Amino acid sequence: MGVAVSIQQVTKTFGNLKALDGVCLEIAEGEFFGLLGPNGAGKTTLISCLAGLVRPDTGRLKVMDFDVQGDYREARRLLGIVPQELVFDPFFTVRETLRIQSGYFGIRQNDDWIDEILDNLDLTAKADTNMRRLSGGMKRRVLVAQALVHKPPVIVLDEPTAGVDVELRQGLWQFVRRLNNEGHTVILTTHYLEEAETLCARVAMLKLGCVVALDSTRNLLDRYSGHTLSLRLANGDDLPLSIRQQASLIGGYLNFHLASYDEVEPLLAAVRQSGGVIQDIRMSEADLEDVFIDVMRGRDGARERAGS
Amino acid sequence: MSGFRTLLYKEVLRFWKVSFQTVAAPVLTALLYLLIFAHVLESRVEINGLRYTAFLVPGLVMMSVLQNAFANSSSSLIQAKVTGSIIFVLLPPISYVEFYLAYVVAAVLRGLMVGLGVLVVTGWFASLEFAAPGWIVVFAMIGGGIMGSLGMIAGIWADKFDQLAAFQNFLIMPLTMLSGVFYSIHSLPAFWQDVSHFNPVFYMIDGFRYGFFGVSDVSPVVSLGVTSVSFLVVGLATLALLRKGYKLRY
Ligand SMILES: Nc1ncnc2c1ncn2[C@@H]1O[C@H](COP(=O)(O)OP(=O)(O)OP(=O)(O)O)[C@@H](O)[C@H]1O
Ligand SMILES: [Mg+2]
Repeated sequence: MGVAVSIQQVTKTFGNLKALDGVCLEIAEGEFFGLLGPNGAGKTTLISCLAGLVRPDTGRLKVMDFDVQGDYREARRLLGIVPQELVFDPFFTVRETLRIQSGYFGIRQNDDWIDEILDNLDLTAKADTNMRRLSGGMKRRVLVAQALVHKPPVIVLDEPTAGVDVELRQGLWQFVRRLNNEGHTVILTTHYLEEAETLCARVAMLKLGCVVALDSTRNLLDRYSGHTLSLRLANGDDLPLSIRQQASLIGGYLNFHLASYDEVEPLLAAVRQSGGVIQDIRMSEADLEDVFIDVMRGRDGARERAGS
Repeated sequence: MSGFRTLLYKEVLRFWKVSFQTVAAPVLTALLYLLIFAHVLESRVEINGLRYTAFLVPGLVMMSVLQNAFANSSSSLIQAKVTGSIIFVLLPPISYVEFYLAYVVAAVLRGLMVGLGVLVVTGWFASLEFAAPGWIVVFAMIGGGIMGSLGMIAGIWADKFDQLAAFQNFLIMPLTMLSGVFYSIHSLPAFWQDVSHFNPVFYMIDGFRYGFFGVSDVSPVVSLGVTSVSFLVVGLATLALLRKGYKLRY
């Protein structure tokens, strides 16, 4: 598999604000990649650099080996960008918008594919409606459709599900997943972390313009937050302090934070030994939100815990 | 080159869809000018041996061409910038030269369309000649090209609509109004005649008018030279801005 997107040492300053501070990323062809980070982290700026909308101060960006400045024609042909802002051209209908967008990419007869996109995004009924008359969520769908008219091998979605209803969200993911299965590389930013967790095989987390975490979603979940073992005891108060101190008490459950499954058995043994009677037991996985919060706090406690 | 074709098509479709405001309205404005000025001056003024109405009509036509060419590219760009839809033309593989050509050709087309409309409506009130039609077309195209380019510069530079309005009111309007649309500069005091010779719009109007009557304040060849050089300068300036991505790509 080749490299779909390569970002090397990209820096961008707005005034005296460092929006991107030496970002390096490499995304392989066919990946479903998540770009996460709090508001203002630099996600959109990074995507804009890739799209050629923002020119980085230093560093290089390539799409499938084509430099986004030097070989901008090839690079842009390979990219489909769904922008974060809800923008539209009020002069045209949905179909006109999509035909025009196809033309910009040099595609003359694109109606079959346009119909397919419209169908998948549940826009067929609105095909001949003026953009102005669409609801916010529908405008967002048109933005997705516009990004796909030229069947770009690399699809970048900047918060595509903001303001979109549940049904379309499901439909959109199904469609994007299908495209990913057919070989399209997908890069996604979202603030819905469960979405990222289920969809993205690998994620990068950005904070103040720096990549602060970059790994497969699986590894991040394992390494950063481990698992939580929740116990309800008939006689919780009787437990020795040494054990109780390890746990936090939430809703009658003692929650133990464990780095790995290996720690389960010793803990249960210790509880039993001290006479604890277990009424209920639950094991829960950390989710990406836990990881995210850990990473963004900047303390590497989770990592240390995982390593020890 | 297909990016250019589509962008041109989009730009034409954009003004055509609202042609009531973009074509019909300026034709009406020009007609009102004609009716008022002709009513007041027709019996009193004769210029270069022409009746005032006949003198005025080509001036009004050219002024409409120029103002509408400017309006087209400037309003299209500022609207796209303010609404953010400019990204739809920045994301595709369209070169800055194609970008320039598409906007300028669309601006010229709108200018010509309005100009033709004004000619048809106002020409009815005057006995026009077409002494050298080639010059008419050439000056209309060059003038539209210059103003279309200036419109691009203004639309790219302005961040808000009122900045664009300032550009239009303090630069474009004085240049066109004081260019000899309504009078021959020979009727001006010597000082203002000299000043007028520094206004490129004067040469556009004067050359354009030559195409109708075969008489002009300066030779049409001189006007062609001045307007061509102006076009070159403004065009290259616009291309340089686009190439740099000034206020379009940060
Ligand atoms: N054109 C600009 N001019 C000045 N500052 C900018 C510009 N674009 C972005 N910034 C700043 O750069 C920083 C990164 O912004 P960016 O839009 O990339 O964040 P983001 O990660 O996409 O955030 P969000 O999740 O809110 O979309 C922010 O502090 C923002 O204010
Ligand atoms: Mg953003």
